[in-house]
Amino acid sequence: MYRILRKTLKTGVLTEKAPTSSDAALEALGIEVKRLVDKRFNGSLAIREVDAGSCNACELEIHALNNPYYDVERFGIHFVASPRHADILLVTGPVSRHMETALLRTWEATPAPKWVIACGDCACDGGLFGRDNYATRGGVEAVLPVDLYIPGCPPAPVELMMGLLNLFNAAD
Amino acid sequence: MGRFDWLSEYLAQLEDEHVLVRRGSAQRLAPAHVLEIDAEDWGRAARQASLLEYRWCGLWGDEHEDHIRVYACLEHAGDYVVLQTAVDADTPVLPSHVPSYPIADRPERHAQDMLGLVFSDSPDERRWTRHQAWPESSYPLRADFHLPADQGGQPAPADGGYPFQHIKGEGVCEIPVGPVHAGIIEPGHFRFHAVGEEILSLEQRLGYVHKGIEKAAQGRDAAALVRLAGRVSGDSTVAHAWAACQSLERAVGCRVDRRAQQLRGLLCERERVANHLGDIGAICNDVGFAFALYQCSRLRENWLRRNQELFGHRLLMDLLLPGGVAVDLDTRARESLKQDHQRLMEETNELFDILLDQPSLEDRLLNTGVLRPATARALGCTGYVGKASGQAFDLRASNPYPPYDRQPMKTVCLADGDVMARVQLRMEEIRRSLEWMDELLDALEPGELQCRWQPPQAPCEGLGFVESWRGEIITYVRLDAGGKVARFFPRDPSWHTWPALERIVMGNIVPDFPVCNKSVNGSYSGQDL
Repeated sequence: MYRILRKTLKTGVLTEKAPTSSDAALEALGIEVKRLVDKRFNGSLAIREVDAGSCNACELEIHALNNPYYDVERFGIHFVASPRHADILLVTGPVSRHMETALLRTWEATPAPKWVIACGDCACDGGLFGRDNYATRGGVEAVLPVDLYIPGCPPAPVELMMGLLNLFNAAD
Repeated sequence: MGRFDWLSEYLAQLEDEHVLVRRGSAQRLAPAHVLEIDAEDWGRAARQASLLEYRWCGLWGDEHEDHIRVYACLEHAGDYVVLQTAVDADTPVLPSHVPSYPIADRPERHAQDMLGLVFSDSPDERRWTRHQAWPESSYPLRADFHLPADQGGQPAPADGGYPFQHIKGEGVCEIPVGPVHAGIIEPGHFRFHAVGEEILSLEQRLGYVHKGIEKAAQGRDAAALVRLAGRVSGDSTVAHAWAACQSLERAVGCRVDRRAQQLRGLLCERERVANHLGDIGAICNDVGFAFALYQCSRLRENWLRRNQELFGHRLLMDLLLPGGVAVDLDTRARESLKQDHQRLMEETNELFDILLDQPSLEDRLLNTGVLRPATARALGCTGYVGKASGQAFDLRASNPYPPYDRQPMKTVCLADGDVMARVQLRMEEIRRSLEWMDELLDALEPGELQCRWQPPQAPCEGLGFVESWRGEIITYVRLDAGGKVARFFPRDPSWHTWPALERIVMGNIVPDFPVCNKSVNGSYSGQDL
């Protein structure tokens, strides 16, 4: 236990020192996200992630949002297990036809008001798998109304946060 | 022992069994040796291989004008034999390999769904990759395939009628899980049978992220194929792209410069370290030890940011090209990388030492999710799943390709086969990869990053073999006369580790399923294609 505490203390708080582009920019971004989550979602925003045929790269970067550098929970954003608890569906992948019904059911199970984000190039327009593909629908908009597109293959964590901010501003 | 010393024994056995080898070729799909046999001998050839304990490692079909070629890949002592046969396109019937190799079940069902092959004596004729998105009587990889007009725009119905196997009895309950899981992970369906907390059986139903990769590859040029291969499984983008490059380069006879090979090796090992770090943390988190998750995800994030700085992409996508690589390292970057390696080595030594000294972790991970060596061998598991269960095979040492040919990788093998062994194996692999990358940076040779890629003048084919962080990848590519892709089949190691998970969880408790699953971490996308 002593060694765990020592390691934890030595590691210190990493959050907020962060990102690549500009530290100040992330901090400003975070503050803005927090302000809007507080205002529009009463301080708590729940996201249900749905993989609808992704190659798993988007999932890795969405996971990174919870690492100590980005730690999106501090802005009141958290990922939930059930669509019934969600405000937002964050959908990745070109929507494989084998996932189509599952995605629709997930959307139906999400209470209104709700928003849909197409996350990554595949979710935006089918990406490298193309639109003319017997196995996919070539993007989320073919199945659900999409409120926001976050392109990228995959979008980096900072781009995901900027995307969320854009959604709040649009919904404002 | 030299390469292929065992082949004469296999050929003699085939002769004894009156299996006629019509043609053999050491060059056509080098480094594998091709044996062409008659379709009627298909089952007997597998039977002899299984008696000699060769590892069965994949099956794919390829439609030509009026016939379908079928290939099966076997490995022994680090060398590969590819059995090849042909069946008529109108009556594509041949014996099954499943009676000799149960692991051939899903690959055969995939070939059945995609090409209409009929394996006459297979004990399991159920669909696998196909759900309800296209009719049973049409096959996406056939040239005449088209979706019925009324199906194109309609949502494909859920595959609710899939015939799962049922266990009945007092106190037995059935637990359906998925396809949408509770976390940020890929979709798939797990059907458990449990008595109380104890798992009696697990049956997997995958195919949810099937996105037609094999079909989508057709007609693309070499560069576009490599980009697509990089999305077969996004966490293994370097390894899959590398295997596609290898098969393309072997097909057209393109020689890649040493420096480009070394850089590919560096990128692939970076991918290995990143994934191992992430998974070690996640496995510990699945038994409630969050300290490990945050420490490991911190180290992983540092590592990914360096990827971005040095190579322009956090996950290293699109850095491999047919004939070479798209990135280089200058002297300063090399020195800074070596400092990175040293820092990570110190950090992981300290961190892993703490993790391995926690009685609470030991309590949850030791003897949990055991894969016995005999089962691992029968299923042909590679990567950390095989290596933690006594299967030493690792392409980097068993059949080293450049740059591992001149700079050997010291691989690891453990025997216990439990979650703890898989964790320890991956900890050790991080260390070895770091040491190897340091040596590589010292030995980096000057040279060309990319040789001129010249499309072939005639149809050609090739095989690629790469050790990804998850295990052995085998990729088959055939190009047509115009240099466009006619067939692409990437065999992800997950085809072998998903069935292992079904065995691993038996007798464990339901709440331990997540940690068992994470310790195997099969790729859904890589298997669904």
